[in-house]
Amino acid sequence: MRIDGKGRIDRTRPLTFAFDGVSYPAYKGDTLASALMANDVRVVGRSFKYHRPRGILTAGSEEPGALVEIMGPANQTPNTRATVQEVFEGLTARSQNRWPSLRWDLLGINDLASPFLSAGFYYKTFMWPRAFWEKIYEPLIRRAAGLGSLSGRHDEGTYEKAYAFCDLLIVGAGPTGLIAALAAGRSGADVILAEDAAEMGGRLLSDEGQIDGAPAQEWLASVLAELALMPNVRLMPRTAVTGAYDDGTYGALERVGLHRRPRPNLPRECFWRITARRTILATGALERPIAFADNDRPGIMMASAMASYLNRYGVSPGRKVTFFANNDSARATARSFVAAGLSVAAIIDSRPDAPDEGDIPVHKGAVVIGTKGRHGLQEITLRTGSGEVRLETDALGMAGGWNPSLHLTCHMNGRPRWSAELAAFVPSPGAVPGLVAAGAANGTFSTHGCLAAGLAAAQEVLTDLGHKAAPVDLPQAENAPYTISPLWAVPGKGRAWLDFANDVTTKDVALSAQEGFSSVEHMKRYTTQGMAPDQGKSSNVAALAVLADATGRGIPETGTTTFRPPFVPVSIAAMGAGARAEGFAPQRFMTSDQASRDRGAPMIEAGLWYRPSYFPKPGETTWREACDREVAMVRNSVGISDVSTLGKIDLQGRDAGRFLDFVYTNTFSTLPVGRVRYGVMLREDGHVLDDGTTARLGENHWLMTTTTAAAGLVMRHLDFVHQAFCADWDVRFISVTEHWAQFAVAGPKARDLLTSALGAAPGLPFMGVRAATIQGVAGRVFRISFSGEEGYEVAVPARYGEALFRDLTARAETMGGGLYGMEALNVLRIEKGFITHAEIHGRTTAFDIGMEKMVSAKKDCIGKAAASRPGMIGAARAQLVGLKPLTDSPLTAGAHLFTQSADVKRETDQGYVTSVGYSPTLASWLALAFLHDGRARHGETIRLVDHLRKVDVLCTVTDPVFHDPMGEKLRA
Amino acid sequence: MPDLIAKPALGAAPLTIAGTTLSENGATQITAIAPYPGSQAALAQALRPLGLTFPAPNQFTEHGDVRLAWSGRDQAFLIGGEAPADLPAAVTDQSDAWVSLQIAGPQARAVLARYVPLDLRAASRGQSLRSALNHLPLLLMVEAPDSYTLMTFRSMARTAWAELHEAMIKVEARLALT
Repeated sequence: MRIDGKGRIDRTRPLTFAFDGVSYPAYKGDTLASALMANDVRVVGRSFKYHRPRGILTAGSEEPGALVEIMGPANQTPNTRATVQEVFEGLTARSQNRWPSLRWDLLGINDLASPFLSAGFYYKTFMWPRAFWEKIYEPLIRRAAGLGSLSGRHDEGTYEKAYAFCDLLIVGAGPTGLIAALAAGRSGADVILAEDAAEMGGRLLSDEGQIDGAPAQEWLASVLAELALMPNVRLMPRTAVTGAYDDGTYGALERVGLHRRPRPNLPRECFWRITARRTILATGALERPIAFADNDRPGIMMASAMASYLNRYGVSPGRKVTFFANNDSARATARSFVAAGLSVAAIIDSRPDAPDEGDIPVHKGAVVIGTKGRHGLQEITLRTGSGEVRLETDALGMAGGWNPSLHLTCHMNGRPRWSAELAAFVPSPGAVPGLVAAGAANGTFSTHGCLAAGLAAAQEVLTDLGHKAAPVDLPQAENAPYTISPLWAVPGKGRAWLDFANDVTTKDVALSAQEGFSSVEHMKRYTTQGMAPDQGKSSNVAALAVLADATGRGIPETGTTTFRPPFVPVSIAAMGAGARAEGFAPQRFMTSDQASRDRGAPMIEAGLWYRPSYFPKPGETTWREACDREVAMVRNSVGISDVSTLGKIDLQGRDAGRFLDFVYTNTFSTLPVGRVRYGVMLREDGHVLDDGTTARLGENHWLMTTTTAAAGLVMRHLDFVHQAFCADWDVRFISVTEHWAQFAVAGPKARDLLTSALGAAPGLPFMGVRAATIQGVAGRVFRISFSGEEGYEVAVPARYGEALFRDLTARAETMGGGLYGMEALNVLRIEKGFITHAEIHGRTTAFDIGMEKMVSAKKDCIGKAAASRPGMIGAARAQLVGLKPLTDSPLTAGAHLFTQSADVKRETDQGYVTSVGYSPTLASWLALAFLHDGRARHGETIRLVDHLRKVDVLCTVTDPVFHDPMGEKLRA
Repeated sequence: MPDLIAKPALGAAPLTIAGTTLSENGATQITAIAPYPGSQAALAQALRPLGLTFPAPNQFTEHGDVRLAWSGRDQAFLIGGEAPADLPAAVTDQSDAWVSLQIAGPQARAVLARYVPLDLRAASRGQSLRSALNHLPLLLMVEAPDSYTLMTFRSMARTAWAELHEAMIKVEARLALT
């Protein structure tokens, strides 16, 4: 219910939102949780396993129970914490994990079956029959147990990622973080102050404390106003720091647009990578529940959350409230409720020596042992020194003590330290380099203590960073000692919840210990405690305390499970911002791109490049028709193809030839100027890295060509070899791939075309290169061929690429030739037995591809030693062969080879097919394949089987070179 | 005179969003200069007529409209001028290998923060940094604290432009909130 005169909500700005199809009023400044509470909606969700009604437990990002789906125009966001989601006009939320409705959830039957659903139930029950697991048990469990659902469509919302840098990152804007920011800001340090909540202030917003004799909120307002004016301080509200990583790097998730109606281009979330020289962790502390029978009813919540709802949002979870505490921290809250005109029925304090509280009845040395109320709390039962007492109440605040929010200090494997005095884990100093925890995050729980600690931490950091610390007065504030008498679980009958999200009770933890899973890490996995979206923020410490009790060990010996990033759930969409669809990878376009598209060529991805697949002509209905025509065109006339995507590396220096000898298996230093040589390059492990041609442009000037696929890889390899093995050599190299546009001109009429384009005959022998002026542009002409025909490649600077491409195309067309695409290029090279990375796929050696003679005996090269090891050569190796089907049958790449008489099974596998194509030249399908001892088996009939595509064909094993085996056409 | 028509890497018209302008720089001569081992003194001598010194890592030197920008290990790009003959270095024409973009204005740094993992808080004229523009290779030169030259591979020009444009409209949408 809404409480008049309380809270920081803006009552002049009423809003409307919908929950499960019902429209409700709210105010600007409400969270979905506070707005539901204002409208007396008590059941917000259903629990994971038993489908128990779940209400609101907390008022922050640690919320385990009040998880909902937010329905947006383009998104359906599951597992949204109602305590974090701010209400905006038109917000539409839906409860989850219930069927058919939140109030009448049929899967609530799980709750009745709970005696059979205890920890380890799945492991014990669904063991057999084994075949049932995938088809029956798992879908069944997934349907019954789960949380929110996804829409099944792409999330087309806008997200972003960004980098930030600062001298000092302050995580948390409560009193500790604020005063640290003030001190650092005044001192001129670059500060980022990140706060998980929408508003800065932390507990100052929730508790009615005083600072320097005035309401704390006045101090807060003045500090925030001063910080807002500092250009060196960046305030980042709605930003949860999610992880601590190496070298002062932190992940953080900012809710940029989730708190308002979607608007174009506004990111929903931003995932930040913040690099900070120093960090102050001022994340405060989380209040912890107490486990007692049926402590999970809606209306039972954290006492500190009740303070937040009353003082920050002006709502109360009930009309007659009670508190169950083992320390004093709920007392101020109880007084606030009384002052707000609400009835406080009792404070149940487990400490026999607990203080009195004015007119509020205090049951000392008493505990809550049971609750009633199907869809919300109606009554509690207490056990006092004088017997059992029943109390009517609709809201119970649990105050089980405080756990410092030290999670980030554990992200680099630090382990927290147990403080018996606080009955809590506290951060270990130095657990994350450059990070200090201060205030409540470090176990200092009074407001004055936090302010002092924040100031001291800032001053220490500033000195460390070489800043002169500017003066900041330490204000006076509440400084009560924290006296706690640990109470983790109230013994007794009934189920007492530890983990409200995953339905883990004290009995489950005890059962885990009894069944031998007594390590805290085993208990976690056996019971699933702490494995829900909240990662056990409210349950971890209590669960291990119960485990310690069950195993007879102390809490420090039992230890905690490992806190890992992220501190709060991070949507994958934020981490992958921008990487959906076309944003997944850069797109590289050739200079001929538009010219190819103008001719209707479908563009296909080749690495990051877009290359034309084929160039359809009117009347052609399939790609094969176009491909066959283009192949015939190259064989009989002339074809043009853009080959600019091949890697080009310019090498210079007196030792460049020596360097090439070192990286290639064959010798280059003897190559005359003006000539080109084919070379094979090995990895250090002896397998083929890449192949290509290298031209000698001058005495000390070379141009290497790599495959498209391995251009970056070869550049990296050359850099490695140079820096690691011969840094002192007189050699320098740089990629010129992007500088040159290069076009292949291939076919019997290639020379004529070149003569017309250059204005003179190319005048080059096979494997020759020369500088040329191409229609007024300085370029190069190579006589090389990847098609098996007389072939040239013409290179000009990229700015002229499109013009030359269009020019060459027009000339080819007047000669009966034209453009050919990737499909035809592939068929041409298969006909000729030329390899690509389909063959040199990383597991083949020079021996395998029939190029062992290219590994020079006269010199050393990278990979030579490894390539000659036993097992890298010999009959046992699968060797490159050609395959021709005996009948007119399509072949498939990826098919496997078997002898005719063998059973087709893995053990009898003889090899595999790497490339296939239909050859119009030979009127047959052709394949390149690797076959055991293949070179000795030419002429043999082999069986080609592809189970995936239902292909089973007999083939003749041949030499891989089908077309012009003597190379007469190349050298013509 | 060439008979072939030269095309720009991108050919995009400038874009101004939130007072910040993204534009394509015109084609200019870019020459990679990679000094051979032990050639520092000879190189300094050879560069003297240009009024330039070989830059330290992460820096560029400039004289008039010509600059020499560090671009990697033992390598710098001579931009906007002709390389002297007979330098004791590998000299390679890179003029057409790059697209050069300019982003300038009050939101330039905020836009770059979406993609570039560099700390530009103390950016000042004369810095030449190799980094990444999201998933693209990048040579970033600081012209002024709010003005940056961004060079990436020519073939990736459209991706660079589209992604910078996207970051600009997102930054603008955020500004509209305040």
